[in-house]
Amino acid sequence: MSSSLARSYRGNDAAIRFTGVHKWYGTFHVLRNINLTVGSGERIVVCGPSGSGKSTLIRCVNRLEKHQRGSIVVDAVELTDDIRRIDEVRREVGMVFQNFNLFPHLTILENCTLAPIWVRKMPRREAEELAKKLLARVRILDQAHKYPGQLSGGQQQRAAIARALCMNPKIMLFDEPTSSLDPEMVKEVLDTMTALAQEGMTMIVVTHEMGFARQIADRVVFMDGGEIVEVNAPLPFFAHPQHERTKLFLSQILHVRH
Amino acid sequence: MTSIAYVREAPEPEEAAPVLSSGALVWARANLFSSTGSTVVTICCVALAAYLLPQLIAWTTTRATWSATDGAVCREHQDGACWAFVVAKWDYLRFGSYPLAERWRVDTAEAVGAGLIIWLLWINAPRRVWAAFLFFAVYPILALILLRGSSWLGLPVVDTQLWGGIFVSLLTAVVGIVFSLPLGVLLALGRRSPLPAVQMASVIFIEFVRGVPFITILFMANNLLPLFVPETWTPDRLLRPLAGIVIFSAAYMAEEVRGGLQSLERGQYEAAMALGLNYARVTALVILPQALTFVIPGIVNNFIGLFMDTTLISVVGATDFLEAMNNAIKDPVWAGPTIMVTGYVFAGLFYFSFCFGMARYSAHIEQVLAKGRK
Repeated sequence: MSSSLARSYRGNDAAIRFTGVHKWYGTFHVLRNINLTVGSGERIVVCGPSGSGKSTLIRCVNRLEKHQRGSIVVDAVELTDDIRRIDEVRREVGMVFQNFNLFPHLTILENCTLAPIWVRKMPRREAEELAKKLLARVRILDQAHKYPGQLSGGQQQRAAIARALCMNPKIMLFDEPTSSLDPEMVKEVLDTMTALAQEGMTMIVVTHEMGFARQIADRVVFMDGGEIVEVNAPLPFFAHPQHERTKLFLSQILHVRH
Repeated sequence: MTSIAYVREAPEPEEAAPVLSSGALVWARANLFSSTGSTVVTICCVALAAYLLPQLIAWTTTRATWSATDGAVCREHQDGACWAFVVAKWDYLRFGSYPLAERWRVDTAEAVGAGLIIWLLWINAPRRVWAAFLFFAVYPILALILLRGSSWLGLPVVDTQLWGGIFVSLLTAVVGIVFSLPLGVLLALGRRSPLPAVQMASVIFIEFVRGVPFITILFMANNLLPLFVPETWTPDRLLRPLAGIVIFSAAYMAEEVRGGLQSLERGQYEAAMALGLNYARVTALVILPQALTFVIPGIVNNFIGLFMDTTLISVVGATDFLEAMNNAIKDPVWAGPTIMVTGYVFAGLFYFSFCFGMARYSAHIEQVLAKGRK
């Protein structure tokens, strides 16, 4: 079990490979010697206390944050300062944010067609067809001509997922996608993500939804203080956490259930 | 004994909201006569208006002189406006010293320009992209050929020294608005650029121009600009104040736009970049449309200021509408006590109507933009 976890999942090509990655915010050492390989089609859930560097970790994958040492290879492209490589990676990596970050001046449909039209050079009609297909998939096709401000939080987050999917990404990053949602809307977003996971999308999800982690994750990564503390399949991760910090964290967030 | 548990058995019926009593009387009582103090203020204001308004109306209409060939009639009727003066000077006020036989060219340029601006500003107009193309790409060349002349096309060249009046004011305002907004946007983006050289250049430009009175900029544009270019390229006498007004207005515009850029959340940049859009597209498609919408009131405020500032180009020898009015007032044929007041009241109405129009239009745009998103 442990040897298969150490290798990339399912023996496929690596989608993302972190090797000895360090990052500092000023003098604050936010990522410390990160080594992690995400296999193609693998679903990774990253958890950890706030300030542990988990958001920073996934934001390094599409270069919203720049790492200062080590290497990050995404879909066989190494991230450097070369803007063409960064753009190449960003075209293949979709991202969903905690605060949705939909463009408020565009309708939901326009939000979805913007990047296909301007980045993929797709004809408008084709882009709209694609967007409608994906909006139907996240079950908000009827909201296509509304503006983001007219939708509920859950609908906005599903629109944001559809927007990312319109670029037909190979990898999806989720940065606490349910953290700013009202409780009754969490499930609709998680259901959308579960459906996506079942279709074989490579995903890295930063979340505190441990039920979701148990259900869809291939591996759970626990981070604390900027370092990866423990990595394991969800079943053993939750049943038998090994590291003291993992045990403490799990006892803190799962206290309700005991 | 009552139970702590409760379960609803029937739904609470939905009721209509209580009707607030309305009507003119109720409104007046609430807003004009709500207390002794407000009653006194209301009565004083009404009394003042009742005293002043009839006189003002009589001065501008019934007691005014509407037609005359010289100042004699106006000198007899000193208790009314002398509109005959404005009528007699109308052509001069519009065209300055532009040759009589060529004035149709100004008329044509104005009519085409007005048509294109209406097409451009009318939100539901069809094919506004064409209007933008025609106005920003074709019209400047057409207007230049028409106004300046081209011996090649058989249009006699009219030196800009002869240009004057309303059309110079409008030309200055339009050139100022059309060039200062994009330049201001570039300066605002430059000021936030990660490249230190670009940022420094923008900051120096903005802070220098903002730190100097407009008249100084005009004098500098008039006297310094020719020194920087070869003698054969010496800029036209009218082009210099035009450049001055663009430079001056752009600096203020830049700060206005920067305010809009700063009010955007970081997440907007990040979401756009994460989709693979490059800097130019992030800026043009996501950031600027939002930033500019936020600062419409400020931008229009700048436009209004710019329109007022066009009156200052006369200090470097250009004849704008107000300068033309000054010249007209000095005409001895029309000398008289009511001429100056009439002339300036008319000029005031002219400037007010344009600025009020701009303000109303911007309010309308804000409403339209707000409607879809809330």
